[in-house]
Formats: sequence, structure tokens, C-alpha cells
Amino acid sequence: MYSDIIALMRPEFLLLAQIVFLLIYDLFVCECGKKYFDTIACGLFVVCSVISFYPFGGVTVFGDCFGGMFSTSEMSQIVKMILCLGALLVFLQSKTWLNDERIVGKRSEMYILTLSTLFGMNLMMSAGHFLLFYLGLEMASLPLVTLVAYNKWSKESVEAGAKYVLMAAFSSGMMLFGIALFYGSVGVEGMYFDAIRKYLMVQPIQLMALVFFLSGVAFKISLVPFHLWTADVYQGAPTNVSAYLSVVSKGAAVFALMFLSFRMFANVFVYWQYILATLIVLSITIGNLFAMRQTNMKRFLAFSSISQAGYIMLGMIAGTDMAMTSVVFYLLVYLVSNIGLFGVVSIIENKTGMLTISDYNGLYKTNPKLSLAMTLFLFSLAGIPPFAGFFSKFFVFMSAAEEGWYILVFISLINTVISLYYYLLVVKAMFITPNENPIEEVKSDCFSKIGLFICLACTILLGIFSCVFAFISDASFALF
Amino acid sequence: MEIPMQCYLIVALVMFFSGVYGFITRRNLLAMLMSLELILNAVNVFFVVFNRFLFPEHLEGMFFSLFVIGVAAAETALAIAIIINVFRSSKNIDNEEIKELKY
Repeated sequence: MYSDIIALMRPEFLLLAQIVFLLIYDLFVCECGKKYFDTIACGLFVVCSVISFYPFGGVTVFGDCFGGMFSTSEMSQIVKMILCLGALLVFLQSKTWLNDERIVGKRSEMYILTLSTLFGMNLMMSAGHFLLFYLGLEMASLPLVTLVAYNKWSKESVEAGAKYVLMAAFSSGMMLFGIALFYGSVGVEGMYFDAIRKYLMVQPIQLMALVFFLSGVAFKISLVPFHLWTADVYQGAPTNVSAYLSVVSKGAAVFALMFLSFRMFANVFVYWQYILATLIVLSITIGNLFAMRQTNMKRFLAFSSISQAGYIMLGMIAGTDMAMTSVVFYLLVYLVSNIGLFGVVSIIENKTGMLTISDYNGLYKTNPKLSLAMTLFLFSLAGIPPFAGFFSKFFVFMSAAEEGWYILVFISLINTVISLYYYLLVVKAMFITPNENPIEEVKSDCFSKIGLFICLACTILLGIFSCVFAFISDASFALF
Repeated sequence: MEIPMQCYLIVALVMFFSGVYGFITRRNLLAMLMSLELILNAVNVFFVVFNRFLFPEHLEGMFFSLFVIGVAAAETALAIAIIINVFRSSKNIDNEEIKELKY
């Protein structure tokens, strides 16, 4: 009985164990032990993640427990793996930032808070009931607030924290209102997703519930009418936390929405598609237009991530199993290239404090490796053929076009061309624009080197080797 | 005389939308926080009323509202801690004055 629960919730229990262990380790170990804190935390995380997801002799890990509140499937395991990979890459890149003398004393908190958000995200992925979904969402967003306001000496970081906490609470209020309306209109058998799916019909109150619920989640994904916090928070937060926000936190919200809509919204799917289509067109276009006029690197990445969120949602619109595969694959590719990009930005920011795009002028002369890596990541985000970004965009477009969303695909294609312009602006600044005194040569620590290497390898190889896509494709399921 | 469900719902709706209105128009961070509490409490009223009138045979709404109260307390504690930090760094919690981050 209990062994079933432990087998099903293995990733969650291991995350909890890591949190407790790191807390105790940080409290009781001597000074010389603290020097190795980063190594120990990262190593422990790798080991625990492997144990979480390794199929030990075919132990069954799919099923329900707690009366259907918590359920795992093959897909949810894959998604959790992707989130763990994202968190690991962020850990690897944040060593330089965490060894800043102003926060080195409390660096353990960063690991503990990040792991707690990961725990909340895992709950969101496996939720089978709105209560668990809500708790997971809050668990994923509240520790992030403290991470955003981590640099207490910096006015900007604190201000970003204030903005983020208010927006997070407001969006969860909106989402709760939607959930309350769902409960009132279709809650005869309680708030289990499967029960709600049976009773959901096209009535005004249920559509209103859908809209409020979606707007709450869209705040987390930063789709366009709900994107206003994004640029400010990404700019103010420490760069590594911005990376986490833009990829892992956003990805978790996307995955949660994906599972929820594939399990619940079969009867209202036509309306859901039209709402989604509007949000997609708005986010892709407005994200692109605002990204063009940014001068700050982090704001630029924020707006580019808004428009990327539009592409991710474009994958979801079809509701077939191909759609689910394309969303997960797109997010995996987006994760490695965006974290890599943030990694380069954070290396340069932590060493020199330079953040505007014009600071990158002539970077190629002094840091050829970094600028080459950055170019590859930018190409991947823009979707230029040999890299994984091209294939992920291709699958997303294909899944939408298969269901006849030609106009939507056409608009997104035009926007892809527009996005090339601003991604290439950065490339131009690094390689072509002449500069008398470019940023001097930057030495990064071996942690960030490993992180960047993983990102680069994934960006190049994910598109060429189809086994990853086939692996995801085997696990995905359709709406109907 | 039993008060019909609609009366409770109207009160809760008014609470919810005055919370939204307050969140958008207020300039003081603490007042915004209070509007947020109004929103969350309106949602609690919804849950409890739906449970009491529509589905009295189970208790899901009641439990959900209990959890919402707990999470709201955590959220408020965090928000106030950060607002204190904002006040320390800029001697002000008026959101017109906090504008380090802008285009």
C-alpha cells in the first residue's frame, strides 16, 4: 500500500529529502565544508534526479494515489525530467553569482528555494484535482518571489520582487475565481479533473470560468494581455533567477495547462481554441514588436520569451497527440537555448556588470567562444535550420496546420521572420559593429562551462537525433 | 426565512470586483495588498456558498476555502516582508514613486 505511494511519488520524496538534507548540512557543517556547498548541492541533485527517473527493472510508476488526487503518467514523468534538467542548468550557471561576497553567506537558500519551487511544479504536473493544482502553483510561485528579491542591496531586485509578488497573488486570485465558478457549475462529483470533464458543457457560466481560469494561468506563462510584469521582473531579478523564471517556471505553467486542457476541456474545446488563437497572435506579434526597441539585454530576452510563449501555445491549439509532442519538444529546445543565452549574459554581467546590447559590440574579438555560443543559441531561438530550434518550430507549425489553422500558422511564420531581425541585431553587435574598447576577456568558472556545454550540445543534437522526439511522441496522448 | 443563494453570490461578486478595482487604482502597495485580500476572501465566500447550497453532501468547497486562507496568509507575510524591503531601499511605498524599472 505505502510502497505504491512511495514508488509513484519518488521524484517528490527525493526533492523533499534534498531540501531537508541541504538545510541541515548548511546549519551544522564547518567552514571548510561550506566551501564545497555548490558541488555537493549540484551532485546531490544529479544523483537524486537519476534515481527519480531511472526505471529500476520496470517498477510500475504510473497510476493514481490518494484517491485520484495525484496521478502520474509516462508524459508527466518526461515533463518532470525536463524541468529537472532546467533547474540543473540554472544551478550550474549560478555559481559565480552565489559566490558574490554580499550573498555568499546565504547561498544555500537559493538551492533550497529553487528545489521547493521544483517540488511545487511536480505537484502541478501530477495533480488530478484542483486543490492539488492550486497548492502546487502557489508552492511554485511563492519561493520564486523571494528568489527575485534575492539581491537585497539592489533597489531594482527589491522592486521586481514587489511587482512579482503582487502580480502572482492577483493572478492566483483570478484563477481561483475561475475555479470557484467551475465548482459551482460542474462540481457535482467534486473537483477531480475527470469528474469535471464529464459535466463541462457550453454554458455562459462555464465559459466565464474558463476565461478567468485561463487568464490566471496566462499570467504565469506571460501571454500578451497579461505580460506587463515580465520585462520589469526579468530586468530586476538576478540574471540566473530570470533564466529560471523564463524557462522552468513558464514551462511548468505551460505543461500544467497542457495536462489540464487535455484532460478536461474536451467539450468546450472549440471555444478554448478561439480564446487561445487570439492570445497566440497577440503574444507573438506584440512580443516581437517590443523586443525590437529594447536596449537592455535582459528586457530584450524577456520580450523574446513572451513571443516564444506564443509559439509554445500554438503547439497546443490542435489538441492531437502530435500537438502534445510538439509542445513538449518545443519547450525542451527552448529550455536549452534560452538557459544558454541567459548563461552567457550572466557570465558577462557577473564579471563586468555590462548589460546593454551596445556593450556587446565587438565581443567576438575578445571572447570568441562566448560569442560563438551565444550566436548558436540565438540562431536556435530564431529557428535557423541546422539547429534544434528549426525542428521544434517546424513541428509546432505542422501540428497546427494539420488541423487547418492556416492563417494562424501564416501569421506566426511572418513573425518568425520579424524575430530574425532582432536576434540578428545582437549577432551583428558581437561580430560586425566596430568597437574601440570591447569587454575584456572573461574567464568563467568550470560550473558554467559545463552548463554551457550541455546547452550547446543539446541545441545542436536535439534536432538531428530523432530519438528524443520519438521518445516524447510515444508518451503523448490526444484530447479526444 | 431562508436567504436565497443569489444574495450571497451578489455580495461575493461585489467584493471580488471592488478588489480588482482597488488593485488597479490604488497607489499604495499596502492598499493593493488589502485589495488582494478582498479578492481572495470573495473567492472563499463563493466556495462556501456553492458548497452549502448546491452540494451539501460533500465538503470540498469548505476545504478548498480553508486551504485558500492558509495560502493567502503565507502570501501576505511574504508581500509585507518585501514591501518593508522596498520601504527600506526607497523610503516610499507609493507605486508612482517606485520606478527604477521602466522602458
